Amino acid sequence: MQELMKKYLRYLPHRFCAGCGNGIVLNCFVRAIDQLKLDTDSYLCVSGIGCSSWIPSPYLNLDTFHTLHGRAIAYATGAKVANNKLNVIVFTGDGDGAGIGGNHLIHAARRNIDLTVLLLNNYTYGMTGGQVAPTTPHASLTSTSPYGNPERPFDLCKLVEAAGATYVARWTVFQPRALIKSMKEAILHKGFSFIEILSPCPTEYGRRNQLSIRDYLNYFKELSNPQGNGSKIPLGVFVKKEAPEFCMQLNLIKMKAQGKRGEKID
Amino acid sequence: MEYQTFFSFFRIYLSPIKKYQEDYGILMKPGRYLVLGDIACAEGAIYAGCSLFAGYPITPATEIAEYLSRRLPECNGYFLQMEDEIASSAAIIGASWAGAKAMTATSGPGFSLMQENISYAYHTETPIVIVVVQRSGPSTGQATYPAQQEFYQARYGAHGDYESIVLSPNSVQEAFDMTIRAFNLSEMYRLPVILLMDGAIGHMREELIIPKPETIQIEYRYKLGDPQTRENQILPMGQFGEGHKLLVTGSAHEISGKRNYAPEVHSATIRRICSKISNASDIIEIESRYLDDAKAVIISYGISARPAYGAVLALRKKGIKVGFIRFKTLWPFPDIILQKLMNEDINHVFVVEMNNGMAVREVQRVIKNAKIISVTQLGGVIPSMESIIKKVEAQMECKN
Repeated sequence: MQELMKKYLRYLPHRFCAGCGNGIVLNCFVRAIDQLKLDTDSYLCVSGIGCSSWIPSPYLNLDTFHTLHGRAIAYATGAKVANNKLNVIVFTGDGDGAGIGGNHLIHAARRNIDLTVLLLNNYTYGMTGGQVAPTTPHASLTSTSPYGNPERPFDLCKLVEAAGATYVARWTVFQPRALIKSMKEAILHKGFSFIEILSPCPTEYGRRNQLSIRDYLNYFKELSNPQGNGSKIPLGVFVKKEAPEFCMQLNLIKMKAQGKRGEKID
Repeated sequence: MEYQTFFSFFRIYLSPIKKYQEDYGILMKPGRYLVLGDIACAEGAIYAGCSLFAGYPITPATEIAEYLSRRLPECNGYFLQMEDEIASSAAIIGASWAGAKAMTATSGPGFSLMQENISYAYHTETPIVIVVVQRSGPSTGQATYPAQQEFYQARYGAHGDYESIVLSPNSVQEAFDMTIRAFNLSEMYRLPVILLMDGAIGHMREELIIPKPETIQIEYRYKLGDPQTRENQILPMGQFGEGHKLLVTGSAHEISGKRNYAPEVHSATIRRICSKISNASDIIEIESRYLDDAKAVIISYGISARPAYGAVLALRKKGIKVGFIRFKTLWPFPDIILQKLMNEDINHVFVVEMNNGMAVREVQRVIKNAKIISVTQLGGVIPSMESIIKKVEAQMECKN
């Protein structure tokens, strides 16, 4: 791990709270790209605003692009189209990716652009102090739902699948090995890849809902047990299929437009 | 029947494009054309080396997107129609950091949506070009009518401290020339540049003369690792995928990109970014005529400068000595140049614009020793020559 740290991280320690899942995801991601052995210059890590967006920026020693709240996927789309060779990974959260940035999420999935979106779902807006999010379970307590959340949460995997994503998975930070494997698959997959990672937030969400970090881990353990997880939140890879990728389509259009003139460019 | 009518319209509309494609290859051949202002702007972008456009349909800027969706793939570029203007402006910033010269085009409502991203572009010093074809607001307003109401939004619309470059064309020819200039300035200064057109110029067909490509000066940003450096504290720009391990962030940062909230670091960054523009001498362009013997002067910009100039000529024929000033650069505001242009005999200054009086406030700030009269035209209408003449005559008689 010392070696990996030197190779891929700008500096440590990170500033995540005790019990936060961000460190585990950072760890898993570093291991995944180390095992993939792709050119590290080809990685571009884009993030928005929120706790999860601090995973790549400033810690990862790769090209990192810390953008605006909710807009990471839109920035990533521009960068990926302008330079198709980049391996673009978007780190986002539930508020960032599904709340303010929900529109960009579904449209990127619809285009099937070759991005890898790692969405950390901690059920709340952690950075601003634990407000109700589009993924907060019904009736749970947050700083802006003191009487219990009146809304119902998103099922993000179903949403993204319906929008047209070609790789969709959900894991918890309790399953690092499966998560690393899935990250590698998602990065190599040609098309829109989406991994929802359930992550604990004991500081903001757990505190108000009497969930200690131990309760979180037990809950994730229960979810990850195939026998004990009947009607609850399913985990695993839900979609893995081939479909025309957006950047390739754009390059075909270029050839079509240039072919008409009978000249070949590039 | 209906389909055929539509089809024939479409063919007429697109026929010039098809002609360039068949006859002239990538760039429109030098020569004289009769085209829309929007298309002149789009063709200017291609001449300037734009390789990615991201946009969202909005009247009266849609033609720029339509034209580029056809032309950019021909010229080895990419056209993206995004889900909204927020995503459009985000995508061009992403593309710019990936090495492209990128542009978007919109009108007032879309420009409002882009402001947060524009602020990000100022802080991360990202070269992008935003074309705003102004229409009559507020809100949906008179969507198909022209106006000049984004004079202040183009300067102060986004949050935070920054200085901006805003250009204002008043003909189809200038839509072409100034689009190229906007790209050049954005690359030279490593900042977003706004081309503030209006619906009248965007939707006007007029002569466009395309000069020989070799006579057009095209600028490129200095990249990280290049031996040359620019003056004026303009930093070389890194590019994703080239091994620089860039740290790009909208948070307060050091020159390296590392986040740092220290008061002295952030204030130094802001002052450096602002000084790039406030210390520059080659940004401001201004047109002035008949000022030597002028007793009064009419100031205008954009489409309203055309009837204003007509009024100047007509008034001079009547023997009233009126001068003419047109801002080609709206921001940075030409404070010093404007003061120098004012001679002591000028005691009336008329500011003609298609809003409720915006540029007139800046003129009031700069010119102290003359009476300043705001000539405004609302309702999505270009002010008529007669209305300007009437206003000038009324004021001048008053004085006499």
